[in-house]
This record gives sequence, C-alpha cells and structure tokens, in this order.
Amino acid sequence: MSTTTAPSSEVAPSEHSDGGHDDHGHDPFLAHHFGSAKQQFDAGKFGMWLFLVTEILFFSGLFCAYAVYRSTHPEAFANADQYLDPMLGAANTAVLIFSSLTMAWAVRAAQLGQKQLLVRLLTITLSCASIFLGVKAVEYSHKWDLGILWASNFNPQAHAAHSPALLVLSIPAMITVVVTAILFGVGKSRKSEIMSKFWGCLLIAALAYFGGVGLGLTVPVIEGAITGEAAHASAEAGHHAAEGAHHAAAAEEAVEHAAGHATEHAAGDAVATTAAKSGSLEAAAIEQAAIDRTYTGIFFSIYYVMTGLHGFHILIGMGVIAWLLYRSLLGHFGPRYFGPVDFVGLYWHLVDLIWIYLFPLLYLIG
Amino acid sequence: MSDNASRTATAHVHGHSEEDYLRCSHGWKSWAFTLDHKRIGVMYLIAILISFLLGGVMALVLRAELFTPDKLFLSEDMYNQMFTLHGAVMTFLFLIPSIPAALGNFMLPVMLGVKDVAFPRMNLASFYLWVFGAIFFLMAILLGGLDTGWTFYTPYSTTTNTAVIAASMGVFILGFSSIFTGLNFLVTINTMRPAGMTWFRMPLFLWSLYATSIIQVLATPVLGITGLLLIAERTLGIGIFDPARGGDPVLFQHFFWFYSHPAVYIMILPAMGVVSELVSTFSRKPIFGYRFIAYSSIAIALLGFLVWGHHMFVSGQSALAATVFSALTFTVSIPSAIKVFNWLATMYKGAISLETPMCYALAFIFLFGIGGLTGLYLGALATDVHLHDTYFVVAHFHYVMVGGTLIAFLGGLHYWWPKMFGRMYNEMWARIACLIVFVGFNATFFPQFVLGSRGMPRRYARYDTEFVYFHQFSTSGAMLLGCGLMLCAGVLIHSLLRGRKAPANPWGSSTLEWKCSSPPPHHNFDWPPVVSAPYQYDHIVYDPNHQGYVEVEDIPEEEDELTNAPVESHS
Ligand code: HEM
Ligand SMILES: [Cu+2]
Repeated sequence: MSTTTAPSSEVAPSEHSDGGHDDHGHDPFLAHHFGSAKQQFDAGKFGMWLFLVTEILFFSGLFCAYAVYRSTHPEAFANADQYLDPMLGAANTAVLIFSSLTMAWAVRAAQLGQKQLLVRLLTITLSCASIFLGVKAVEYSHKWDLGILWASNFNPQAHAAHSPALLVLSIPAMITVVVTAILFGVGKSRKSEIMSKFWGCLLIAALAYFGGVGLGLTVPVIEGAITGEAAHASAEAGHHAAEGAHHAAAAEEAVEHAAGHATEHAAGDAVATTAAKSGSLEAAAIEQAAIDRTYTGIFFSIYYVMTGLHGFHILIGMGVIAWLLYRSLLGHFGPRYFGPVDFVGLYWHLVDLIWIYLFPLLYLIG
Repeated sequence: MSDNASRTATAHVHGHSEEDYLRCSHGWKSWAFTLDHKRIGVMYLIAILISFLLGGVMALVLRAELFTPDKLFLSEDMYNQMFTLHGAVMTFLFLIPSIPAALGNFMLPVMLGVKDVAFPRMNLASFYLWVFGAIFFLMAILLGGLDTGWTFYTPYSTTTNTAVIAASMGVFILGFSSIFTGLNFLVTINTMRPAGMTWFRMPLFLWSLYATSIIQVLATPVLGITGLLLIAERTLGIGIFDPARGGDPVLFQHFFWFYSHPAVYIMILPAMGVVSELVSTFSRKPIFGYRFIAYSSIAIALLGFLVWGHHMFVSGQSALAATVFSALTFTVSIPSAIKVFNWLATMYKGAISLETPMCYALAFIFLFGIGGLTGLYLGALATDVHLHDTYFVVAHFHYVMVGGTLIAFLGGLHYWWPKMFGRMYNEMWARIACLIVFVGFNATFFPQFVLGSRGMPRRYARYDTEFVYFHQFSTSGAMLLGCGLMLCAGVLIHSLLRGRKAPANPWGSSTLEWKCSSPPPHHNFDWPPVVSAPYQYDHIVYDPNHQGYVEVEDIPEEEDELTNAPVESHS
C-alpha cells in the first residue's frame, strides 16, 4: 500500500532552526529569506557583479559613440587635444588609483574587524573622491571660462573670461562643509561619539574637495615652471583657439556651408570641392576652421557626457561610502558580516576602472 | 474509491500553519510597503492591466479612425500621437513587465521553493520605478503628447515640439525597473535554489525567466544611455545624433535596436515558458526534450543580441552588414522552432484536456507560428525591402506580441489564477472568451498581411480607397477582439466575487507552486520543500474530496486510470 508523500513536518524541526523565518536571533544581519549567511553573501556579491555589468553596458554606449566619431572625424580629436591638460587628468588618475587601494584595504579591515582602521580607510577613500571632484571642478570651470563647451556652445576664446564658474561649482561643497561642521559641533556638544565621529569624517572629506581645487590650480603652475612655458596651462590652447575664433568669426556663412556638408563623412572632400568652386584659398581656410569648430564641438559633447556621467557615479559612490562609514562606526562589520563593504568596494573599483579608460581616450589623443 | 480517498486525505499541503499572503496583514500600508514578492506581483498585475486597458482603448480608437479612408474623427496629428502612445504604452508599460514582473514575480520563488526573491527591497523599488515611469508617460500625454512613434527615431525626435523629454525620461526609469527585476531573478535562481533543486529540475518557466533576465540586464542599460543622450540632445544640443554638427542619426537607430530587438525576446521568452508549463500539464505528459527547451531559451537570448540590424536594412547600412544581419536573423528561428516542435511532441499521445489555459496555449502555438514564419520574410533582404514599413510588419509583430505574448499571458493568468487568488472561475465562459479573442485577433491582423503586401504603408491616418475592404475587416475584428477581452475580464472579476474556493492543485500540475495551499501562505514554505524532477504526473491523482489533485507516493498498476481522470468532472 502506498503512503502519502513524506510529511515534511518530520524534517522540519531540524531544518527550521537555521532556516526559519522568525529565527534571526543569532545573526542580526541575516535576512529571513536566506538560509545562511554564506548564501546571503553570495547573493549580494553576484548581484553586485551583475549590477557592474549593467554599468559597463551603460558606458559602452558612450564608448561606442566615441569610437564612431573618432573614426569618422579623426581631425576633430586631434584638434581637441590642445584644449585638455593631461597633467590634471594624470593627477586625478593617481588620486583614484590610490583611493582604490584604500578601498581594497578597507575591505580587508572589515574582514578582520579592525574597526578604527576601517573608519580611517573609508574616510581617506571618501576624501580622495572629493579631491577628484575638486580637480574636475577646476577643469570644468576653466573650460567654461574659455568657451570650450559642447557642440552647439563650442566657441573657444583667446583669453579666459573671469567668471565665478569655479565658485558656483564649489557651492555644494561649501554647503557640505558648513552643514557637516555644524552637525559635528552638535555631536560634540551632545557628547555623542558616533555622531561627532561620523560628521567629523565627512567634514574632512568635504574639506578635501578644496584640497582638490588647490591641486587643480597648482598643477598647471608647476607644469609651466618645469617646461618653462607660460605659467598658464591653457595659454597655448588659448592661442590656438584665438586663431580658430578669428577665422570662424570672419565667415558665419562658411559655418552654415560646412554644416550642410557635414553629413558627408568625407569632410575633406567637401572642403576641396568648395575651395575649387570659390577659387579662393582663404575661403577654404575659413571653412576648414569652421568645420574644425563644428566637429571639435562634438568631441566635447562626448567629453562632457562621459566625464559628467562618471562624475555622477563618483557622487553615488561617495553616498554609499558615507553610509558604510556610519555603519562601521556602529560596529556592524566584522569577520562574520562584511558583505556591504566588499560590494561597495567592487563598485568603487569599477568607477576607477572607467576613469582609467577615460583618461587616455580623452586626454592622451594628441 | 473510499480507500483511495482515505489514502490521500492525509496528503500534505505545505505551509498550512500560516495565514495566506492575502490575509496575513491588513491596511493599505501592508501593501504599499510590502516586501512580499507575491503582493508585489499582484500590484504589478493590477498596474499592467490598467496600462493594457489604456493602450487597448487607444488601439480601438486608431482602428475606428481607419474604418474610413478619409477623416472620421482624428486629425493627422492626433493620429500620430495616438499610435505613438499606443505603441509606447503597450511595449514599455505592458508587454515588457507583463509576464516577468507580474506572473514571474509571484511564481518564481514559489516554483523554486524559496521564501522570496534575493532582494525584496529592490523588488519593491522596481515596482515603484515602474509607477514613476508611468507617471512620466502620463506627463508626456498631458504636455501635448508624443508623435515620434515608439521608436523615437532621430532627427525627428530631436526636432518635434511634442513631449519627447518626458517620454524618454519615462523610458529611462522604466528601464531601471526592468533591470532590477531581471537582476533579482538572476541572483535568486543562481544562489538560492534549495537542496535538490538542480538546474535541470527547474520548471521551464524559470528557465525562460532566467533567459529573459539575461537580456534585461544586458540590453536595457544601452536603452538607458540612449534615452539620456536623446534628452541631452534636446536640452543641450550636444549634437551626437545631429548631422549638422557631425553627428550621426543612424547611430541612434543602432543604439535603439541594440536594446529593442533583444527586448522583443524579453516579451516572447517568458511567454514560451508559460506555454511549456501549460502544454505539459494539460497533456499530462512529461515535457518532450526538456533540455532542448531550456537551452533554446538561452540560445534565443544570446542570438537575439546579434540581429538588431534587421530593423535597419533600408537605413543605409553596408550590403555586407545587411547580409550578415539577415543570416543571423535566420539562426534565431532554429531555437524558436525547437520549442514549437517540442510542444507538439509533448502533446502527441498525451491525455490532452482542453481547460482554458490549454486553449490559450494552443492559440499561442498557432499564432506564434504565423508570427515567427512571417518574420522570415522580413529577415530576408529581398522581401524586406518591399515589406519594410508596411502593414505586413504591423501584422507580423502583432502576431508575435499579441498572438504570442498577450495570449500566453492570458493563458498563464488563467492557469495561476486559482493559485494567486484562491478562486476558480467559470470554465465555460472563460473558454468562450478565449475563442472570441482568437477569432477577433485573426480577423484584425490577418488582413493586415494582405494590406502590407499590397503596399499599404504603416503609420498613416489616411489611405487609398483600394484598401477599404481590408481595413474595415480589420477594424471589425478589432471590435470583436475588444469584446472577447472584456468578457475575459468579466469572468475573472466574477471569480473574485463569486468563485468557488480553489484547491491546492486544481489542474494536476507537478511543479512546486501547486504544493502550497491556494493562495500560498505568507512565506511560501516553512521548510525547504522536497524537490524532485518536474513534469512527473504518475503520483498526482484526482481526489474528488478536495475537488483537486493530490500526491500519492506511488500508484499501483490497476489504479492507473485515476491519473487520467477527466478534469472536466470538477469544473
Ligand atoms: C521569430 C523570429 C523573428 C524574426 C525572424 C523577426 C524579424 C523581424 C524583422 C526582420 C523585422 C523588421 C521589419 C522591417 O524592417 O520592416 C521585424 C520587426 C518587428 N518585430 Fe520581429 N522577428 C521575429 C520575432 C519577433 C518577436 C518575438 C517579436 C516580439 C515579441 C517581434 C517584434 C517585432 C516588432 C515590434 C517589429 C517592428 C519594429 C518596427 O517598429 O519597425 N519580432 N521583425
Ligand atoms: Cu528585431
């Protein structure tokens, strides 16, 4: 005679103690639907890897656009080179690589339960991110002042206008400094150790931004001193731009003409034909400048979209690292539970890695 | 018989100790902030049904306008907006989330034998992202509509004065919603399978969701960046898609189809998964060629990434590229055909019972067959040059998306309905609704193949009088289709109010979700369930006391006929 399926209640008591949903007594960080801490860790890690894959694909669209324009308009890329300062890019690359080191070390510290070290390393990582943004702010504001903007607004000037661009870009950082300082003070006065430490660390990181700005402003000076050229990093760029601006301004008509031909991928041919027609070398030169201007603008569209999105990812990363900082002050991480530090670490390495591709592709193309 | 009844009376139903998920907690907050995949699935279900209603009404308005060759009540501009929104709502708000996010969310953990998906919070976030995306779509409607077609092609989309930004923002957000769902499913299946649930014991629906999730995770980010670039193009004029500035509008098409071709497999793969479940259950036979079906899902997912260029045969790609894309397109038909043949082989000599879900499954096989085969005409260069942008294309993708995805969705909905809500519906009326939908669907879309091959272009509000007959045929069919769907909705609503209480296993299915009660308890399983190979029906017999099926360990020879007990007897 057959029997019914094995009543699972016989199996249940033994299995329930480690898989039961209401039974997290021994491990406060184990979600009810996971069978074990290991399973939870594996799920988190795999999830993070998948997320990184989506990030790569997200950026790959931009890398694709880059590749397409680089092959159809190599001259635009060659022309754009003069407007970018590789030393600033290199400085930022070094800062990010260093932050990857401290982040990886932070994972190690979390695994070993070295709470104080973990807090310090996360603060350093966060500060590096701030420095990166400070340097970037110098670059962006400088380009703004020189009119080196994206496609429709690309209009390089010989001399940098004195605009408050850098100041405006720094407003969020200033606010952060003020707010964190106040909260730090409140924490101190309330004698709340966690609060004062947390906001203290964030204050350090916010101040680091201004270190970044300082770095961004001094690198070109040092560079100039070493190479013996004019101290102003973009003086050369400004010079070139002046030529371009001069020619271009001369013939508004030429711009339109060039634009009309832009669909034909052989810009050179278009120029040649027009030049032959007009019979004037001068006109050809003007038109060439206009074309350069149009297409170089595209390079800067790509530049701003790529670095802008990357910067946005840095900001997101800073948010989650701050969250880690808070949790590590609470003493959440140790040998039994360090998943979040590990996962954020992976994310941070990817953000660095993307920059490591952006740097040569954008700054070292001359 | 009495012996049999006593033998099965003790049959165990998992999870009896808890309240079911619908009743375990009350108040709107217990829904709005729920982390339970089942409740999230139900909220998704309601949300996508509302979108479907919206998109459906627009479809009927479009068809009504096309009843006459000249203006009936829609201006040309209104017509453009109407088909754009119809397409966008149907694809982004309904079809893409339909089976995975509604049925899949509910069923995946239960069929896998786990308590929830790996990241319940992300699952809830996915739902709210969907809501946000939908709000942006509504905003687009309020801000003056959208008239680019659901494809947003540049340069038109960068110059039209309709609400492209709001709509692309919506698509961007919906993309993240879709990525979250896919990521969650991949992680759940990879890392949470309970002991005994090996890869090859997973129900085929889970394999199809797995394949779908791969596409969601790999393709959607590209749509995201495309949407952002489009927004940047319109707000800042970055020129990447603008030829006047050295940009390239065809690049947009590449980006768009790199996502959107794989996206058609986001729509069809889960549908194929549903049909695999239905065909096996209602033939009471192990599925034929389990591994082939499983692998073909993955193959479709991967090959689907290599064929996007077939949407651009006439966009000025090189002859070589076109030939390669055409050849690759044909390869996709191999795994698709494998599935169809395996379903047919499963039915062969099976004890087929024509319950409503099975009626939908049969409709699916027939309609998807037509949809898939006509795709070959579009994938072949010589014919596509003529058929491109005609009603032939319209008919083709409606056969796959409506005849395929929608029909399978309805089949799955009827199949899992008793499990989800604990109520049976009226079999007869449900079947009648299915029949009306089937007839109405064919009447609507079959004439469009003829229209297209005779040169009727798509996306036109007015047409030549030579096409009147077929257009009117199609419009009449659409009205019939609408009636069928209304009847179907009526049957299901009636079941919620008056339906007989559903047994744990009304169809005699063998997968895990039927082992917990209907509706399932809050945590699905109190302990990891015992997992054996799926699609084994020998030990599942009809028990009139439960008005449903129960499991027995093994069946003595002479009681074999019990396994094939007519299902009708309890409906
Ligand atoms: C079975 C294999 C399939 C093949 C060989 C195929 C082939 C094609 C081709 C070549 C086109 C382009 C037509 C043109 O350029 O005029 C097309 C269009 C389309 N297909 Fe498919 N297809 C298949 C399956 C599917 C599936 C499963 C779906 C959706 C679930 C789908 C949805 C669409 C849509 C929406 C369009 C229209 C795109 C537009 O707006 O131009 N197809 N198909
Ligand atoms: Cu396609």
